[in-house]
Amino acid sequence: MRPLEITHFTATSALGRGLQATLEALRTRRGALMPCTFETATLETYVGQVADLESVRLPAPLARYDCRNHRLALLALEQDDFLAAVSRCAARRGAGRIGVLLGTSTSGMLETELAYRARGPDGALPARFDYAATHNTFALAEFVRRALQLTGPALVISTACSSSAKVFGAAARMLAAGLIDAAVVGGVDTLCLTTLYGFQALQLTAAGPCRPFDVARNGISIGEAGAFALLEPLSGACGPGTVALTGVGESSDAHHMSSPHPEGLGARLAMRQALEAASLTPTQIDYINLHGTGTPSNDSAEARAVAALFGDSVPVSSTKGATGHTLGAAGALEAVICALALRHGLLPGGLNTTQVDASLGLAYCTANRAQPLRRVLSNSFGFGGSNCSLVLERLAPEPAHE
Amino acid sequence: MSEPGTPALGAYVRGIGVLGAGLPDWPSSVPVLRGEQPYVAAPTEVPPPSALPPAERRRTGAMVRLALAAGLQAVADAGADAAQLATVFASSGGDGAICDEICSALASPGRQISPIRFHNSVHNAASGYWSIALRATAPSTALCAYDGSFAAGLLEALSQIAATGEPALLIAYETDYPEPLRAKRPLPAPFATALLLTPTAPAGHATQLTAELVRETPDALPIPALETLRAAVPSARSLPLLLRIAQGDSGRVVLDYLEDLQLAVTVTPCP
Repeated sequence: MRPLEITHFTATSALGRGLQATLEALRTRRGALMPCTFETATLETYVGQVADLESVRLPAPLARYDCRNHRLALLALEQDDFLAAVSRCAARRGAGRIGVLLGTSTSGMLETELAYRARGPDGALPARFDYAATHNTFALAEFVRRALQLTGPALVISTACSSSAKVFGAAARMLAAGLIDAAVVGGVDTLCLTTLYGFQALQLTAAGPCRPFDVARNGISIGEAGAFALLEPLSGACGPGTVALTGVGESSDAHHMSSPHPEGLGARLAMRQALEAASLTPTQIDYINLHGTGTPSNDSAEARAVAALFGDSVPVSSTKGATGHTLGAAGALEAVICALALRHGLLPGGLNTTQVDASLGLAYCTANRAQPLRRVLSNSFGFGGSNCSLVLERLAPEPAHE
Repeated sequence: MSEPGTPALGAYVRGIGVLGAGLPDWPSSVPVLRGEQPYVAAPTEVPPPSALPPAERRRTGAMVRLALAAGLQAVADAGADAAQLATVFASSGGDGAICDEICSALASPGRQISPIRFHNSVHNAASGYWSIALRATAPSTALCAYDGSFAAGLLEALSQIAATGEPALLIAYETDYPEPLRAKRPLPAPFATALLLTPTAPAGHATQLTAELVRETPDALPIPALETLRAAVPSARSLPLLLRIAQGDSGRVVLDYLEDLQLAVTVTPCP
């Protein structure tokens, strides 16, 4: 595929607001998972919750979109001058030539959960509940498109935990087809009772903080995040921190709705296609940001897929021990973490993992490494056997030294 | 601003599926769309997903069954190998019945959610079951653009074909929501459309589509009952395109997409 420059990016998660807070948390290995006190949930689990979303206010013209998911979307967009970067891009390219392609799994579902609790004597949902502007899967892209005053094509991809990785692929195709000249991609997913109780029902949540690739791993910790990137064709003027999307691979497991293919068949296909799209061989990848959810079967399937393609020497880690599994936002959040890793020469070791499961046969890093990274791969796999892998590259020869 | 005026994207229609009230499949929909037979809004009969193993079949809800049935119609129409096909699932929302069950459970003291309901609640449930049923490991996506989901799906399918040179199967579908959600999202009845699109002209008669983004008023349908359906169900926003294909002549239709952006499709029959 034709490489795309990630000209601007930002992320807000439990690690903090914006890139500086995210990088600082990764550097100091400060995890953000806390015992769940979200809303009225009474579950023995840890979550990666974004602080103070309750105090975020949407601008008056966008008031009908008010919900936790859009508060996080707005908060994330306001970091790292992302709004200004999109405005400049729109002024240069035209607001109608910029696509908005975002991923979410539950959108504003929390509003519907609350509305059901507030049903009237006749069973009707309260008048204030606005399905289209909050719960609906597309509401996120509609809200962001309006907030950014863009008028180009828009969609939401909702393929569970691969959602906001797949939007990078959809944006690359739209750019290649000439439908757009730039794209705002990203993902936003927020805590809600459906996912907290749903993953509990599937017995996939850990009681303590998740421990990806640990011998004693026993489930996920759910998190929330908003992450955005502005994709544009390569300008030719690559600075020291220029990061590009050079490969996307997508596949289906064709195996089971909520369990991965045991051999990681689909995961392997997605990674191989991403490498082919980037014209790279496995040995050219310096680091893999794993999907690494911390469930026994997910980590085992992913490890088999990675080992089959890359062998056992490439450094790998999951950053979900720090952020939690941010579901539909995970692809974009981890793409941003990969971009930070490339830009700052930081290979982030996984948190909470005390004894790496040797049977998984990978070089899982539990400590940070300061080393120049040139090419990294990020994995995102979801329910329904939906797999997506991204390749990100730093285009200039040397990393920035700070 | 340089839009509209974007380069047109194109593909050939190799198979069509339709499944909705009074439009049970493509062959019987053609004379209705042409106005040669009256439109009778008979209830939609959705066949069980026989392609799935029995255990998986029992787990599927109405929405997944609808999407699979429409997609299989298009595959059968084309005589294609579904296992090799990339798929685009476009829907304006998830399964309303499952959403109602989950939200009702969460509003009750015990908060017991069925694990199967939970994994079936994802927007890509139909995509997942499709890949399992057809053993299709090709890329599959599930997207949403609210009332413009069909056009968004068509754009994605055409972009995929342009990027990969491979065929793609687009399936757009909705089921109606139960109360109390129905009052907020009044979709009247299930509907689904499927188009198997190929980058090159198949042997024999085919219809070529070229699409471009425009800012124009979307087309309505001449048959009032079908126009009501088109306006009420997002996947039925495909009907102006299907009508033009059914008529078998050249023309251009403007499909609903976003509030301020539409998709114009030029239809050209190939001998």
